[in-house]
Amino acid sequence: MSLWRQITRGMRALAHRSAADQDVNDEIAHYLDQATAELVARGFSPEEARRRARLELGSATAVREQVRSYGWENLLEVFFADLRYAWRRLLSNPGFTAVCALTLALGIGASTAIFSAINPILFEPLPYPHANRIVMVWDIFQGERSDVTFHTYRELKARGHSFDAIAAYEGWQPTMTSAAEPERFDGQSVSWQYFHALGVVPALGRDFIESDDAFHGPNVAILSDTLWRRRFGTNRAIVGGAVTLDGDSYTIIGVMPRGFQDVPSPSTEIWSAMQYDPGHIEDLRSAEWGHHLRLLGRLQAGTSLDGVRHDLDTIARTPVAEFPRPRWAALHNGFIVDSLQADVTRGVRPALLAILGAVLLLLAIACVNVTNLLLARGAQRQGEFAMRSALGASRSRLIRQVLAESLLLSFMGGALGILVALNGVRALVALSPPGLPRADAITVNGPVFGFAFLITALIGLAVGLIPALHVSRADLRSGLQRSARQTAGGHQLTRRVLVVAEVSLAIVLLVSAGLLLHSLNRLFSVDPGFDPSHMLTMQVQTSGHKFDDLTGTGVGSVLRRQFFAQSLDAVRRVPGVSAAALTSLLPFTNPENGTYGTHFEKDQGGFDVFRYVVSPGYFEAMRIPLLRGRPLNDHDLEGAAPATVISASLARHEFGSENPIGQHVHIGPEDRPWFTIVGVVADVKQVSLADNQLNEVYITPAQSWFADDVMALVVRARGDAAALTPAVRKAIWSVDRDEPIVEVSSMDRLVAETAAERRFAPILFEAFGLVALVLAATGIYGVLSGSVNERMREIGVRSALGATRGNILGLVLRQGMTLTVLGMIIGLAAAVLASEALVTLLFGISRLDVLTYAGVIALLGCVAGVACWVPAWRAAGVDPATTLRAE
Amino acid sequence: MNESNTDVIQGTLDMLILKTLSLGPLHGFGIARRVEQVSRGVFKVNPGSLLTALQRLERAGWLDSEWRETQNSRRARFYTLTRSGRKQLEAETADWNRRASAIARLLKAEG
Repeated sequence: MSLWRQITRGMRALAHRSAADQDVNDEIAHYLDQATAELVARGFSPEEARRRARLELGSATAVREQVRSYGWENLLEVFFADLRYAWRRLLSNPGFTAVCALTLALGIGASTAIFSAINPILFEPLPYPHANRIVMVWDIFQGERSDVTFHTYRELKARGHSFDAIAAYEGWQPTMTSAAEPERFDGQSVSWQYFHALGVVPALGRDFIESDDAFHGPNVAILSDTLWRRRFGTNRAIVGGAVTLDGDSYTIIGVMPRGFQDVPSPSTEIWSAMQYDPGHIEDLRSAEWGHHLRLLGRLQAGTSLDGVRHDLDTIARTPVAEFPRPRWAALHNGFIVDSLQADVTRGVRPALLAILGAVLLLLAIACVNVTNLLLARGAQRQGEFAMRSALGASRSRLIRQVLAESLLLSFMGGALGILVALNGVRALVALSPPGLPRADAITVNGPVFGFAFLITALIGLAVGLIPALHVSRADLRSGLQRSARQTAGGHQLTRRVLVVAEVSLAIVLLVSAGLLLHSLNRLFSVDPGFDPSHMLTMQVQTSGHKFDDLTGTGVGSVLRRQFFAQSLDAVRRVPGVSAAALTSLLPFTNPENGTYGTHFEKDQGGFDVFRYVVSPGYFEAMRIPLLRGRPLNDHDLEGAAPATVISASLARHEFGSENPIGQHVHIGPEDRPWFTIVGVVADVKQVSLADNQLNEVYITPAQSWFADDVMALVVRARGDAAALTPAVRKAIWSVDRDEPIVEVSSMDRLVAETAAERRFAPILFEAFGLVALVLAATGIYGVLSGSVNERMREIGVRSALGATRGNILGLVLRQGMTLTVLGMIIGLAAAVLASEALVTLLFGISRLDVLTYAGVIALLGCVAGVACWVPAWRAAGVDPATTLRAE
Repeated sequence: MNESNTDVIQGTLDMLILKTLSLGPLHGFGIARRVEQVSRGVFKVNPGSLLTALQRLERAGWLDSEWRETQNSRRARFYTLTRSGRKQLEAETADWNRRASAIARLLKAEG
């Protein structure tokens, strides 16, 4: 009730300011009249009565002020008055205002942009109901996450107590054949509870049900909203209709809602039921026992991550007869369980947190810089504050005034900062590595504005705090006197401390940026093991029933090999192609199912290796150096003795300095003849330049134990590789019109893309580092020139007493460089500590890399030198006669 | 007469205003005079404090105010005690009595 009254009365007073004032005036006037009337009644003359009444009341103005100062609306009014005054003060010095606002805008804008990118990735819940209950479950192989087998999924589904729903999924790239060019979609083949686990139901049609997922069940598919719009023109009748995928007819049973994001596999446009065979668990060679499924679960309400970990560990430790396990899926090490969000962001988390740290450092430097500028101006405004104080402004009023100015400045900076952020976010998205999870969720939205507003307000208070304290501490009376200079000492000390802080923060940023850039250089100077220039790559697929091995005759495999061989011949005939070859694994792409076990005859041991099925001529086309023996050739055919070429790393790991040529090895299944090692080639980086798993084996398609259904074509061009694309595509389609060709790219681009993730952080650090450098330099410059201004008289006296220009130059330079060196020492210590956080982002260098630290010191030293030189030169030019006369 | 006046004891002004108004609506000057008369000139009310206090009490919901004609047909702001004001007065009176009697007991024991 009374709060309501407070608000409504206050609002009314605000809205009808003059009426409210009039009321107060009337009441005072009435009081005066009554008092006068009473005195007259007591026998005083009217004049005397009025005088006495006035005396009793005191100053009417003072009373009015007293009455009016009550109520929150009057505080508000004072605040607005402060703001208006601050606004006029800032406008009267546009240069100062612009520099401060721009500095803050840079800091606020950069932080806001980074926050808008990091917030949806690391902090905002995923776009699912109760997203914190969605977890990923992994098998463990050599301490790392590993895909699970179908039977492991079945066992967990039957025995797990923690899940509302549990689902397995794997990649599926169906080709839709129609009148137009064949199109391949990114899809996922999922067990029936997949969408249930995510907590989303289709917008049209229905979700998968258990019978959809039965072995040999119906062919059904669910479309994403984007695919539905793109290929089916939002035709609602498509639900229940059929499409032809890989030569089979699929019934479309549903369309997912608009805006639905498949976070576990973001590019997915179509889903079908997985339909593995739950029987024949004893058949250890079946696909059901292969490690190629991902596992996603929705926890029951109230189950914690620890709870589900405990549940699954118990299952792993206690096998039951119903679910026998082979050696490779024995679950000896239990499972890795993590929330979906932590799981998809685990790769980028260190980089993003480092970037967040960097931008906060930058923000801190911007704040320190502005605080410094405000202090410098505070020193010039001593007189003004002293005057206001003499006229009756209370100390708290003066502090409020300074804070109003800094808040106003920071909000100007904040408004500009939003503009910086809007552009920054666009640049960030353009720069972001292709594998960045949830990149599509990066926007400037409500929470981002909230963040910007919050830091702006905090900054306004933070940068105003020190100047405000100085105002309250300074002896204001002395400000009115001409020799106000003694008070400058306190300012100067604070400002020097701030400059030292600024330099050390800049050092931390610059060292971090230096370490990352140095890493990047190291990375790009890594030899990929082949020559990526002038190379065109694409994936060629075999799709359709003619390639099926229906009755175990192997007819389909023969046709596959034949199609690839003929396509390669056709491509080699294309003018401009100097060499071409096929490989089952393309370097710098993700090897989905490319690793196999090996078993050497020599010691019965083995390694996991990348299996490259390559057409003869591959090493020559890729220019992979042959180190020993011979390359694979056209005589390594089906009937001939199986031959393999191995990588230098594998040769070293298995044979040391011995000659591996002529040794025998099983690759994959062990019930086939030995492969004989015929050659050794240089290591090739498969996953990325930073890769060091380099055990590789090469065999020919004719001697592989199965025919791959997708091969990558590598083409070396005489000139521009990309220009060959249409001709190469036409050559392949001249063999078979229905086979899709996807992921056309130059080899150079593939190399660059794998490094994009590593390039992201260094570019941002570099930008932040440069801004920090400039800010630190202006900080040093500002303090030194302020100090020179204040010491004009002293400098004049010195030179009058015989100090040379050199003496004075040295004096000022020494002052500036002392601050710089102090900042450097503190900064280097801090950088050594901070670099700990960067370790996972570094490549090929130590976090204490001497060259980087030395380079940063040299760079900052030079910039600081210039920043000191300018005011020093000005000081040296002081004419003693002029300064002394001015006193 | 003026020399023997004292300012109203800190913190009791609100109670005195409420008490005065419990006898009937009054304007600011009337309240001041009534307090002085009833206290036989012991308390003097500072007009600035009085008007501010009236505004505060009104905001708190203990008083209502209204512009009315006085007997000599002048406009004046009359204050009336509200129901919650009456409750507040009772609470403050009880509290005051408790304190005053405690102080009186202490002083008596001392003497």
